[in-house]
Amino acid sequence: MSLWEYANPTKFMQTSGAVLPWVSWLAAAVLAAALVWGFFLTPDDFRQGATVKIVFIHVPAAMMAINAWIMMLVTSLVWLVRRHHVSALAAKAAAPVGVTMTLVALVTGAVWGQPMWGTWWAWDPRLTSFLILFLFYLGYIALWEAVEDPDTAADLTSVLCLVGSVFAVLSRYAVNFWNQGLHQGASLSVAPGERMNEAFRHPLYLAMAGFVLLFLALVLARTRTEIRARRLKALIARERMG
Amino acid sequence: MRAVLMRDLALAVRAGGGFGLALAFFLMVAVLVPLGVGPEGATLGRIAPGILWVGALLACLLSLDRIFALDWEDGSLDLLATAPIPMEAVVAMKSLAHWMVTGLPLVLLAPVLGVLLSLPPAGQPWLVLALAVGTPALSVIGTFGAALTVGIRRGGLLLSLIVLPLYVPTLVFGAEAVARGAAGQANATPLLLLAGITAGAAGLLPFATAAAIRVNLR
Repeated sequence: MSLWEYANPTKFMQTSGAVLPWVSWLAAAVLAAALVWGFFLTPDDFRQGATVKIVFIHVPAAMMAINAWIMMLVTSLVWLVRRHHVSALAAKAAAPVGVTMTLVALVTGAVWGQPMWGTWWAWDPRLTSFLILFLFYLGYIALWEAVEDPDTAADLTSVLCLVGSVFAVLSRYAVNFWNQGLHQGASLSVAPGERMNEAFRHPLYLAMAGFVLLFLALVLARTRTEIRARRLKALIARERMG
Repeated sequence: MRAVLMRDLALAVRAGGGFGLALAFFLMVAVLVPLGVGPEGATLGRIAPGILWVGALLACLLSLDRIFALDWEDGSLDLLATAPIPMEAVVAMKSLAHWMVTGLPLVLLAPVLGVLLSLPPAGQPWLVLALAVGTPALSVIGTFGAALTVGIRRGGLLLSLIVLPLYVPTLVFGAEAVARGAAGQANATPLLLLAGITAGAAGLLPFATAAAIRVNLR
């Protein structure tokens, strides 16, 4: 029993088909619990009032936006090294989810920034690097869409993902250098002075778990769709030949 | 390798090669911006480093799809792939040729445009130095983008969508180096970082570019 068994599409379809409903329902339950807890059962912040509760969407979405790219990086590497189609399709499936998470983080950040900083948008390093990450996602998705041959598309997007990762990290440090920020530091720092109060921290952890499950469910479902679409294409091609 | 370089240079300089197009575009940007922003010298001088860098970026972008597209269409790219030199060397030479026909003229023209945009005199040498150090990175990164999109019809727009985010670090450090130099501040840090990006990109990206070309020729 090794991880590579799931490189076999049939095996992957079987297992993911069995797991997917569980993951989906678990994601829904955890997210519902976390958001109800976060929105209704936590006190208002004494300076920020009720707007602080945006944190329960903003932070997990931002976390998944970055994690989705890291997942794409790993699956792209697996595709380049071991040529497993499921891996390439998983990277393809994760990109639209990642770009949505980035957009959610940007929009909730703007909604939060308006009452707190008095502006929807500031050219703060964190905000700017998220906008740049959004552009990287767009380029990646556009390249997948533009190349017709699926294997060529998988190869080219994988190379782009590798190079893009390096440049995304570089951009992160470049914009740090370029402008000082409004954005607060790490939300989940473990240093005692900077740490969030428990009343907020615990529902936030739950919301993050919910977003991870949501991401997993969406990527599994999308990967299954991609595999089916690929099989359908093969069947149609065979019909035409025969 | 010299033959590849000379061939690309000759193709670019002869009629229909589009040599000077990027230069004219760069000039256009420098003329249009004051018309849009207003003629006040103080404002222009402050935004000049950024405008000149963005202009250089866009001018560079303009000619990227020519790097491989014509060779792809007439099949000479296949010949280059079977030539007895590694693909990495071919793409490195193509980047170099692209830089010599677009980047280098931009560097030489930049001081004139700096005067047009009333860049403070203290910034002039830094503008030339930063562009000289940074534009090779633009060509190398652009060659990578061109290699990714070579097989795609009407890939020009896609090319800019892919390449422009990759230009962000170069732009930030380049413009910062000029702006700090113009303001009389120490700018060794951004210049060194810019040089680092150029060196890193020139050293490593040809491998990715060659991989993309091989995939497209498969």
